[in-house]
Amino acid sequence: MISLADITAAINHWLYATLPGWAALLVEAVIVGIAAITLFAVLGLVLVFMERKVSAYMQVRLGPNRVGPGGTLQTLADTLKLAMKEGLTPDGADKFLFNLAPYVVIIAAMLILAPIAFAKGFQIWDLNIGILYVSAVSSLSVIGILMAGWASNNKYSLLGAMRSGAQIVSYELSAGISVVSIVILTGSLRISDIVASQQDGWWIFKGHIPALISFVIFIIAVTAETNRAPFDLAEAESELTAGFHTEYSGMKFALFFLAEYVNIFIVCAIAATLYLGGWMPLHIGHWAAFNHVMDYIPSSLWFWGKTFFLIFVIMWFRWTFPRLRIDQLLNLEWKYLLPISMVNLLLMALIAVEGWYL
Amino acid sequence: MSPEALRERLSNLTFEQGTEWPTATVTALDWRALAEEVRHTDGLEFDYLFCVTGVDWKTHFTVVYHLTSTAHRHILVVKVSADRSEPVVPTVSDIWRTAEFHEREVYDLFGIVFRGHPDLRRLFMTDDWNGWPLRKDYEDPVNMIKL
Amino acid sequence: MIEEIGTTEAGELVINMGPQHPSTHGVLHLIITISGETIKKVEPHLGYIHRSIEKMCESLSYRQFIYVTSRMDYLSSHINNHGCALCVEKGMQIEVPPRAQVIRVLMDELTRLASHQLWWGAMAMDVGALTPFFHAFREREAINDIMEETCGARLTMNYMVPGGVMADLHPRFAERVKEFMRFFRSKMDEYDELVTNNVIFKSRMQGVGYLSRENAISYGCTGPTGRASGVSCDMRKIAPYEVYGRLAFNEILQTEGDCYARYLVRMAEMRQSLSIIDQLIDNIPEGDFQAKTKAVLKLPKGEFYSRVETARGEFGVYIISEGGTTPYRIKFRSPGFSNLSALDHMARGHKIGDLVAIMGTLDLVIPDIDR
Repeated sequence: MISLADITAAINHWLYATLPGWAALLVEAVIVGIAAITLFAVLGLVLVFMERKVSAYMQVRLGPNRVGPGGTLQTLADTLKLAMKEGLTPDGADKFLFNLAPYVVIIAAMLILAPIAFAKGFQIWDLNIGILYVSAVSSLSVIGILMAGWASNNKYSLLGAMRSGAQIVSYELSAGISVVSIVILTGSLRISDIVASQQDGWWIFKGHIPALISFVIFIIAVTAETNRAPFDLAEAESELTAGFHTEYSGMKFALFFLAEYVNIFIVCAIAATLYLGGWMPLHIGHWAAFNHVMDYIPSSLWFWGKTFFLIFVIMWFRWTFPRLRIDQLLNLEWKYLLPISMVNLLLMALIAVEGWYL
Repeated sequence: MSPEALRERLSNLTFEQGTEWPTATVTALDWRALAEEVRHTDGLEFDYLFCVTGVDWKTHFTVVYHLTSTAHRHILVVKVSADRSEPVVPTVSDIWRTAEFHEREVYDLFGIVFRGHPDLRRLFMTDDWNGWPLRKDYEDPVNMIKL
Repeated sequence: MIEEIGTTEAGELVINMGPQHPSTHGVLHLIITISGETIKKVEPHLGYIHRSIEKMCESLSYRQFIYVTSRMDYLSSHINNHGCALCVEKGMQIEVPPRAQVIRVLMDELTRLASHQLWWGAMAMDVGALTPFFHAFREREAINDIMEETCGARLTMNYMVPGGVMADLHPRFAERVKEFMRFFRSKMDEYDELVTNNVIFKSRMQGVGYLSRENAISYGCTGPTGRASGVSCDMRKIAPYEVYGRLAFNEILQTEGDCYARYLVRMAEMRQSLSIIDQLIDNIPEGDFQAKTKAVLKLPKGEFYSRVETARGEFGVYIISEGGTTPYRIKFRSPGFSNLSALDHMARGHKIGDLVAIMGTLDLVIPDIDR
């Protein structure tokens, strides 16, 4: 079977054969750039539609079902609508920052796409500090949010942005420590190494209880980081403000909206990579026959399946739980999640040193 | 306490005949003392004021207070009469907190002033409304349709 | 939605909440004085839906005025109508036939269920759980369909008349109600699992909006608001009307007086309503559904007061009659009016997010307050 790695290798080979070195690199960069943007656009469309359908079925109703076959073109119609809307800038707003903010958020999200392994051998940039790079770049989106809140010239946007910022920065810690606990087991920050180390079983099974605890904490932390319910106080409809993106309309609002859904995809992709093996099929120890059968399912299917399963779980949270107040939210992080994750890290270190994992 | 016992106990008041619950009328001057008596005396303990109604009898106003006790479950109705030209009734909002809103409503609709009320303003009508809508002689050619 | 409308000396901010707002369940305008995130004072401004119903009733006949009360507390429309009909019957000494009494009680309890369901859905939505709203409305739809078959309407069901009810029950009424109850009982357990025992929900509601027993009585809070603070004020128990005296049901009291207690009282009340309907649905007596009355009713000179228990609390109808065909003065004692007066007291010192939770548990219907 032709794998994606083969296709990219073939294209690479052809380009370097026909064009001078620098031109080939340039063309490859352009291809990757276009592919990333397309992926973003398509992902945004698909995830918004998925959210609407999933929420609808949980709420005993149907969701979009008229535009296109089974409602699939609904998001496209919505995007066209948003593109045609008037983009208002409030009166006293800092124009430069106001216009820059959505782009900062989107660019931060796009940069994280680089080290993610979508299939076997199919990574944009397999750098040696892959997972650290992801952690670092995801913190940059806070700047975009604070910029948006400040530049809106609206007291309540600023309040919402501050709350959002506080929330994201706090939960980064727990997420980071959970990531570190898996890195301890793997011994490497490189994403391809992390996936390869799950050759004989995913870390969530091999790492036993500390890995399970780490997984749960990670999922909670990334739900908070992406401002999703039950941690969506900053953009709650029934509270007083609509958060940092109150004053945005038209395409800029669409960019924030898109960035939120792509962030969800990214964090679920990272969770899938760290805990569920990324593109690695389900292997059980050394059961060669079973593993061989599992290998027939293409690796990209494994990756997308796992990521979409986690996305479904995060969507499920939103429609099930009520919202936490800001003080309860921060309490949860600083008094519960952080201490638990630190103790868990120690446990994990103990397991790794003693070699108690399978 | 049964209605008869209640009438005995508050024998200084004049009760009406043939009403469902003991109903007495007092003047605005005597109302405050009566209110404090029925609220704080043992055996009476009328702690729940459940209805305050203003009535325009064309010659005078009456504010009707329906009181009951959560402990003894007896009901007392007190009608406080007020002058038509300058209606003033002492407030009981410090005795029963519910009277704050109820007295504002009566003021808004009838123009009866409650002396001592902490915040006597219009409640339903806009602050600059002219006139007292529920009075029998209220005329409003724009907003009222006479059937 | 929110505009700053002034600053007081001490650095406090005065903001508007409403009248159009997703959480105020009607046109309620609150002026909130906050210092940082903490509420210092809440002042309700009423009158956005004041239709001077009481003045209107002075020119309506005794048969007509009953139906304007459906438009007051539209979620308990049967119960409001019932209160008015009882007052007129008290005045004219009309004896209601047993079949009509049982039908009235059944309709009242179904209305109570529907009202509490809407409250539950809206309450969960205010606190952030967006799904229960749809589930609650699905249940309400079922009740509305049953009502529609008998009464012809789904919200303002003008069904009670002085002397009984307007028309007989639909032949499939008992069957449909029993089917609904089977379905609903299983759902109630689901709701308890999903919302009532949810950790996040409890932490949002426990300890928030405390109302002591003395204050509840002083502010005149009745219904679930009062009962959650320990005030025994169920009109169906204190002064039973119709067949309530013969039925076996409990008055639910809690002592904590916070939002969670108010929530639990209403959930338990729904179960009690189911039990009442259970006791009656198979024993509807045969007979007339309406007593014979004259076409034009004239109440004798005097004053009449009737008290019923709506989903929100004690509803009172006070008729002062001068002997004519229209009343001289009617006063509707609405439960929401008194419950709202306690909002300032309950909300001080809490955060704005808590204010939304407190208002949700008070279950305010603004047309009931404004009349």
